[in-house]
Amino acid sequence: MGALGKPIILMVGMYAFLKFVLPNIPGSAPLPSSLIFLYLLLTASGIVIFETLSGESKDAFWGPIQRFLTGENIGGLQALRYGVLILFPLLVGWQTYGSTAVSDLPPTESRTIHPAPPGEYTGLSNPVPKTPENIMQGKGFYAAYCSPCHGGNFDGKGPAARGYIPSPANFADPTTIAMLQESYLFWRIKKGGVGLPIEGAPWKSAMPRWEVELPDEWIWKIIMGEYDGAHQSPRTWE
Amino acid sequence: MSAIQEVGTIQRALRAIRGQGRWLVGLLLTVGWFLLPSIGIAAEGASAGPTEYRDIPYIGSRNLVWIVAQLHLLLAGFVLGVPIFAWLCEVIAWRGGEKRYDKLAKEFTKLLTSAYATTALFGGILLFLLVAFYPKLMNYLTDVFFPSFLLYCLLFLLETATLYLYWYGWDAMQHGNKKTLHVFLGFLLNFFALFIMIVPNAWATFQSSPVVLSEGTAFERAWAATWNPTWWPINIHRLIANVVLGGYICGAYAGVRYLSVKSTEDREHYDWMGYVGNFIGVFGLLALPFAGYWLMREIYQYNQQMGITLMGGFLSWLFIIQAMLIGVLFLGSNYYFWLGITHRIPGSEAKYRRAMLMMLVSLLLCLAVWMTPHSLVASIEEAQKMGGAHHPLLGVLGVMSAKMTVSNLMILITFMSFVMYWRAGKQDTAGWAKLGKAVMGAVLVVASLAVIVLGIWGYFVPAIVRINYFSTSQVAIVGFVILTITPLTALLLKSAKTTTEMVWGSMPPRAGYALVLNAVMVILLMTLMGYARSSSRVHWHVYGVMRDTSPYAYSPALGSASLIMAFCTFFFCILVAFIFWVATMGDKYKTAAGTGKGELPHGIPAMAGGAPEERQQG
Repeated sequence: MGALGKPIILMVGMYAFLKFVLPNIPGSAPLPSSLIFLYLLLTASGIVIFETLSGESKDAFWGPIQRFLTGENIGGLQALRYGVLILFPLLVGWQTYGSTAVSDLPPTESRTIHPAPPGEYTGLSNPVPKTPENIMQGKGFYAAYCSPCHGGNFDGKGPAARGYIPSPANFADPTTIAMLQESYLFWRIKKGGVGLPIEGAPWKSAMPRWEVELPDEWIWKIIMGEYDGAHQSPRTWE
Repeated sequence: MSAIQEVGTIQRALRAIRGQGRWLVGLLLTVGWFLLPSIGIAAEGASAGPTEYRDIPYIGSRNLVWIVAQLHLLLAGFVLGVPIFAWLCEVIAWRGGEKRYDKLAKEFTKLLTSAYATTALFGGILLFLLVAFYPKLMNYLTDVFFPSFLLYCLLFLLETATLYLYWYGWDAMQHGNKKTLHVFLGFLLNFFALFIMIVPNAWATFQSSPVVLSEGTAFERAWAATWNPTWWPINIHRLIANVVLGGYICGAYAGVRYLSVKSTEDREHYDWMGYVGNFIGVFGLLALPFAGYWLMREIYQYNQQMGITLMGGFLSWLFIIQAMLIGVLFLGSNYYFWLGITHRIPGSEAKYRRAMLMMLVSLLLCLAVWMTPHSLVASIEEAQKMGGAHHPLLGVLGVMSAKMTVSNLMILITFMSFVMYWRAGKQDTAGWAKLGKAVMGAVLVVASLAVIVLGIWGYFVPAIVRINYFSTSQVAIVGFVILTITPLTALLLKSAKTTTEMVWGSMPPRAGYALVLNAVMVILLMTLMGYARSSSRVHWHVYGVMRDTSPYAYSPALGSASLIMAFCTFFFCILVAFIFWVATMGDKYKTAAGTGKGELPHGIPAMAGGAPEERQQG
């Protein structure tokens, strides 16, 4: 088992890192099992690739596995071999059952976070001049209508945010509104969660449909205020 | 009577006559098969006005067109990629005098005649199906592109004539000026092939990003429609992809033959062929992500809705699968290079093992970043712990700045793998070798750091700055590294002493499997991205101009789409295997006949691609 020791330690170490160390780094969170599986798969692929680069390393790596599975000269490990040969298919069966059996848990999420906006919104540009007054006014509207959820610091941590899963968007994160054009935000604010198209299902957005309360001009100003307050810029093509 | 009712009637009739003997069932099924088209025609026959759509039962018109179009495209990629590959090999043999390259070029040109016919066959089937199932759309496209249809026919005539001259004249044009003429014919073959690719690209890209002139002559309208925003990005992307496909398929062919041949000479030949195929595939693969990025950028700029559908909307998961496939391709190609070092160059393993480990770890880290989605697949419980579908720490890896950075790094690593393979078994003797290697090392380190810094910086600048300046700078940096290190290495190796001769035919069987895996990955990638490009139009035949009003005006779920992709990949592999089998049938006969001068048995038809040898025999 000498040559197998390192790969086994590496796999166990990687699992422990992903499961117990990474989630405890400040600002982090537990990783979903899909991601842990993905990273472990990459690790295992790396091990197989490296260990099979030469004939010697391949024999050193694969030889013990082959001998163990065939029972050739393994002495006192016979009982363990039978154990593995019986338990492994059972484990696969249990996993298969677990992933296909009817469950009372909701299905795994793979919803579309950024569904495409309707065509009529794609060509829009902000008609409100970008002046300090308008930006300030936008921030004022934001403070009144948006900050309870999206936060006074535009970080998605408003006083009401804790009541929502998923959390309200963090505009200060460079991977949210900085990736989108202003017209996209206009559509999302105007139509809210109920205006999401079918590809965005399940519609897990508590965003109100602001078109019933706010005029378009206010929404455009809010967008300007959001970008300015979050220190982000909208996606443009010029 | 509707099509469904009619099919039901047929089924009831079949049940009723079950006891009457199998011959009756067989007869009825045969008659039914010939009457099948009438079902579709009957379905629309009663409606008023011109027919807009026709359908067939069970498989559905959309799925049938999808499969045939995808197969036609894959075959076309093969038929356009192989001549580039073959012509490059011929030029190497012509200028460098290495006859084995000429033999390799001929071996692959032999495939072209049968592959060309099969491609044209699928093209013809596709055309008939499109005209039959989508008459309204085809009428519209014909109206827009009529002049280019004529040009396409002319190009086909020229390509066919050139191909015949190129293949059948191979042996007759081997020496002197005739060889120059033959090389020129090879160039012409590729020249016409390029236009054969870009003309229909205009039709396909027009559907995604149409430019419609309401006035003007037929030529002006066709030209405006042709020069649409995504035409050239697709042309460049497909051209490079065809080289990659051609290279990897040749590699896979060599891999399969390598696994089955017995003689040392054959093992050496197919080992070398596998190396050349993998090299050409990797050579194209290095440039492919840049071309893909440019295409996506143009799509995004053309229409935000289409861009988001692809990159952030319901098709965004395809790009995670794409990352996996490209990752396997990079790993497979590097693995093949590394196996070459450890097996073909005896004694090199100890020297390069640590470097290979570092490259492997770097590749896997890059791949981990590339494969990390922005929105994760998570159960409700897991999502609650993360506060949504974004991981607070790893979520930053899910956006383009990170993806572009790691794809550039993977290209650099793969390039260095090749350089390492190139240098293995050689000792520098040039006086400036130390300085040269120091310069190369410095260029590589500084370039890698610059790519990473730009990637991180990309999070803190407006998207347009990142896309227009940072991403292009990253690409330019990688290009600079390749253009600096390649000539420097070539100069160094010119005076280098060979310490260990390369031993061809010594690769382990897993090298052959790696070559086959690479080819399958490329084919899967093409089917995947074909679906993505086509689906990005959503419910439009011509985006924003002509709506799809058929019952199939919906995007198939990713799961069902993957079934069709898998089928197309499998069927294409079968077709390619058939083409290889047919093309090499003559060789097997020749080998079996010993000297190859025996008389041809009467009644054996001339096999496609077998003519020059047969002519010699005669």
